[in-house]
Amino acid sequence: MAQRKASALWARIGIYAFLLFAAAFFLLPLYVMLTTSFKSMEEIRLGQIFALPSAPSFDAWRAAWSEACTGVSCEGVRGGFWNSVAIAVPSVVLPILLGAVNGYALSWWKPKGGEWLFGILMLGAFIPIQVMIYPLVKLEAALGIYSSLPGIVFVHLVFAMPIMTLLFRNYYAGLPGELFKAARVDGGGFWRIFVQLVLPMSTPMLIVAAIMQITGVWNDYILGLTFAGRENQPMTVQLNNVINTTTGERLYNLNMAATILTSAVPLLVYLISGRWFVRGIAAGAVK
Amino acid sequence: MSGVNIQGLSIKFGANEVIKGLDLQVVEGEFLVLLGPSGCGKSTLLHSIAGLIDVSGGRIEIGGQDMTDAEPSERGIGMVFQSYALYPTMTVEKNMSFGLRVAGTPKAEIARRVDKAAQMLQLTPLLNRKPAQLSGGQRQRVAIGRALVREAGVFLFDEPLSNLDAKLRAELRRELKLLHHTLGSTMIYVTHDQVEAMTLASRIVVMKGGVIQQIGTPAEVYERPANLFVAGFLGAPAINLVPARVGADGQTLEGALPLRLAAGRATAGQAVVLGVRPEHLRLQADGRWQATVELVEPMGNHQVVWMKLGSQGLSALVHDGRRIAAGDVVAFDLDESAVSLFDAASEQRLA
Repeated sequence: MAQRKASALWARIGIYAFLLFAAAFFLLPLYVMLTTSFKSMEEIRLGQIFALPSAPSFDAWRAAWSEACTGVSCEGVRGGFWNSVAIAVPSVVLPILLGAVNGYALSWWKPKGGEWLFGILMLGAFIPIQVMIYPLVKLEAALGIYSSLPGIVFVHLVFAMPIMTLLFRNYYAGLPGELFKAARVDGGGFWRIFVQLVLPMSTPMLIVAAIMQITGVWNDYILGLTFAGRENQPMTVQLNNVINTTTGERLYNLNMAATILTSAVPLLVYLISGRWFVRGIAAGAVK
Repeated sequence: MSGVNIQGLSIKFGANEVIKGLDLQVVEGEFLVLLGPSGCGKSTLLHSIAGLIDVSGGRIEIGGQDMTDAEPSERGIGMVFQSYALYPTMTVEKNMSFGLRVAGTPKAEIARRVDKAAQMLQLTPLLNRKPAQLSGGQRQRVAIGRALVREAGVFLFDEPLSNLDAKLRAELRRELKLLHHTLGSTMIYVTHDQVEAMTLASRIVVMKGGVIQQIGTPAEVYERPANLFVAGFLGAPAINLVPARVGADGQTLEGALPLRLAAGRATAGQAVVLGVRPEHLRLQADGRWQATVELVEPMGNHQVVWMKLGSQGLSALVHDGRRIAAGDVVAFDLDESAVSLFDAASEQRLA
């Protein structure tokens, strides 16, 4: 008895040791970034990267937000932030709605050939996006939306379709089929059943889908660089320009602040919705 | 109120023909129960009447109109499902009024119908609750209410009580029967539970493998089963089946239970199966046969006695408190007029 207790204790200690190590491994870079961003350049040059800042200052953050130079203009990453918001909002809302409609149609109305189309759609998810960039550029140029806000939103919409459709199809397939039959007897059509019955039941999946899309769209670099055009460059592209624009000294504190600012949105999304994220995944996986 | 007329209905799932050339007339105002084991096609038949399954052949008329290809909502039906299928995000009141709101019924009329149905089903205090806040019995009442407000000519029930516990099931069964008396609407009810079928039905349709085996009143189906399947499916404890051969005179049965039959029921030398309900085997001192008791099941108001007559097992009901123990040798008799006789090869009833 006592022996079993002791071995359970050691197992527990082992687990915590591993978890602490793993957490430290992932948090250490963030710690270095945070402390560095509050230091002055003089202090950084001392080379003690793990030391806390002796005189914390927000100067680097202010500069990163509104003064840092990206090529010729020096307006910080502020503009990129709003560009990213403008890209992210439609690129989150549209794919989720379309994915939900797709999933609903596939799992509840079971149109002829639907499974076949879904198979092709899923196949598309396995082709690397780099392969599709050139054809997409030609396509968008032909459509006249290349290098514009609608252009980049369209690309995000297309690339999000397989996963969004899969997510909602599986979720709706798990709902009781008699619900759909009851709604049919009550006279509900395709859209009424979707809007009044299915969508209100989708909250967990909507949240999961939103988290995935926000993170994916916000962190995207290559699509934004290629399709958004000069006017709409997202924050990630501007961040790259800030860091690669070197005239004289490399401003580590400013670079760190700009990087944290850029990754703040996905980070906040995870921190705020982590509980929902797990619940949504579980709801989707178990049922 | 309206009747349902089904002609030559066949339904295929891929290459698998679930229902084959089925004909069925449901009389206006009757309570018709579709009874059979799982996979017999009873639910499929009900869903095809509702228009939730595409038919591959035949014709379905509801209230005298061809509804074979009509939308479910245009058929003048109300339907209650096994899993209740309540809309989880809507209140009881919204659940019940959903169909009427879709149809664009005036608000005052919706309120009148919902109030009426809620009163009938004692749901008035629950109108603002969500389905998750209701008990199983209450949920099924809401599902019935949702069908009622449609004021349809035909109500369809798909095993509505099988998710409830035994006590609640008996309670709701009585409520359903009273509801049928009050409304007088045509009701078609699917179940695999013979007690529900016997107690609710004005007529029972026994199905197996997508084919109707027998249609009749509960008494007819129970007392004069059309074949061995129907005989064995209805009744608990199950009917006693005893193989026998008809003697040379065409009137005596040779086998474990030798009997004399009325003339003309069977032909000489025919292999038959004798069917005797347990309640028709009477344990009495002057009985013609003697059997050894193997097991006694006391049921409170009656006892089930399981006996062996040679190698033939038999069950009998005893309705008094007499003491019978395993190992006793008891005499028993039976009423020839109450036995059923089936052809051993075709399994069909012999007149």
